[in-house]
Amino acid sequence: MNALAEFYARHSQLIDQIGINAILALSLSVSLQAGQLALAQAAFMGIAAYVTAILTLTYHWPIVATILVAVIVATLVGAALAYPVRRLRGVFLAIATIGFGEIVRVIANNLGITGGAEGMSGLPQDANTATIYAALAIVALLLFSLSRTKFALAVALVREDEHAAAGVGVDVGTVRTLSLALGGAIAGLAGALYAHSSAFITPTDFGFERMEQILVWCVIGGVTSPLGAVLGAMFLSVLPELIRFLADYREITNGIILLLVIVFAPGGLASLWRRGPVRVRV
Amino acid sequence: MVAQQLLNGLFLGAVYALFAVGYTLVFGVLDILNLAHAAIFTASAFAAFSLAAAGVPLPLAFLGAAAVGGVLGVLLDRAAFAPLRRRNAGTLVPLISSIGVAIIIGAVLRGIYGVDERHFVTGALDTAQAIHLGPVTFTTVELTIFVAAVALMVGLSWVLRATTLGRRIRAVAQDRIAAALLGVDLERTIAATFFIASSLGGAAGVLTGLEYNSVTLDMGSPIELKGLAIIILGGMGSVTGAVIGGFIIGAVETLAIALGLSEWRDAITFGVMFVILVARPSGLFGKRALRQA
Repeated sequence: MNALAEFYARHSQLIDQIGINAILALSLSVSLQAGQLALAQAAFMGIAAYVTAILTLTYHWPIVATILVAVIVATLVGAALAYPVRRLRGVFLAIATIGFGEIVRVIANNLGITGGAEGMSGLPQDANTATIYAALAIVALLLFSLSRTKFALAVALVREDEHAAAGVGVDVGTVRTLSLALGGAIAGLAGALYAHSSAFITPTDFGFERMEQILVWCVIGGVTSPLGAVLGAMFLSVLPELIRFLADYREITNGIILLLVIVFAPGGLASLWRRGPVRVRV
Repeated sequence: MVAQQLLNGLFLGAVYALFAVGYTLVFGVLDILNLAHAAIFTASAFAAFSLAAAGVPLPLAFLGAAAVGGVLGVLLDRAAFAPLRRRNAGTLVPLISSIGVAIIIGAVLRGIYGVDERHFVTGALDTAQAIHLGPVTFTTVELTIFVAAVALMVGLSWVLRATTLGRRIRAVAQDRIAAALLGVDLERTIAATFFIASSLGGAAGVLTGLEYNSVTLDMGSPIELKGLAIIILGGMGSVTGAVIGGFIIGAVETLAIALGLSEWRDAITFGVMFVILVARPSGLFGKRALRQA
């Protein structure tokens, strides 16, 4: 028990990060499951993190209320974003949403209320490991219960063939809007928790690099599998710590492992235990 | 004042266009986004720095570094794209493997050069002659960079239009299977495409390094996403579109600076891109039909 406590004391920050990263990966997997390569998760996360930070620092709201409001805001932004990009698919959707993320980052970089490029500091760091993992569990439970509904069936249908989906009466636009809103909500939750567990936030925390990371987790884990997304996030969050002893060769090893996994298992980690041919489509 | 800003936009746009042409060429031929393009851009700038530091004259260092970029591009294809091509892995998975290669290139550069900013040692860059032409002023360095970028793009257009290799590249871009049936060696054509695209991206990196006389590890990150905006603006896969898109984005940025909106210029650039995508997803020169990827 003592050893466990010591392990936790030493790695609690990493453990918290892994939890938040897993929520982020789940958020993107919602879009990917609907076949939508919408890469705005980092922006949703950032918007929620700033809402949280402003409510906490300026208005001294309690933590639960800030998280709730941040999630609602991110959900609405996700739903609103769905409308202008409704005709875009594939890389076009990806690039439009990346552009949206850049716009959000530049705005955060220039507004007074967000603290500009220096961001906001002095956050209370009041989200502990239990809070973060409880949030992860709630998200996982929510997605699991959703996976047994007709909505999940419609989502899968939209992913495999939009025209066929429309042909059997699925409202493709609504499915896309809902999946973006749900992705926004989950990424918003991660962003709010991020703000509550970091001492400070800056616009670069929510830039393209973060988005790239989230996408890598999901694809390494297995594009259409939520469990894979969580595994990918955990594996790639822990990996840099595991190879810390390589010191100067750490970054390059990280890149090589990423390349090897994706080249030898293009279906992701989730495909390794799934039988039958691997299908990767997005 | 306006003339000067437009000229600055032209200089900036030429380098943007050169970078974007390589991006769009790979997309046109393979339908994949190559996120290692900016890493090669940076690697070539460092290669030029090393060559110049070793005493190689700048024009030769420029060509040598562009060739280094080309070779890196071929290796990138071999490591990240070719194995996935054989498995028919779609478009998303190669995106991730190119991120892996970008991480590796970045790590190697950091290992060799460290994190400090590097400057070309030749004094000619800092004492460049200023040319006054009516209302506008520019330096010989700016002019040379512009001419080099335009010459490379004209050269590319000639290669694509008038040579056997160009016809092969266009054939593969249009229909890979039909091209293979007609006897085009796919792998060699794709390797040549990567060499050309990456040497142009690398050349853009060298020119950017020369323009500001500064070579840094993160010099590729701003242009990486702007390159995406440019190829969207021009129409994915369209080389002409990428060139014109590069000049448009260059002009938009310098005008934003002239209007005192310097801090907001990236948001304006991506705002323009977003509006274009929403209003006309195929871009200015892309196919009319909504492209699925």
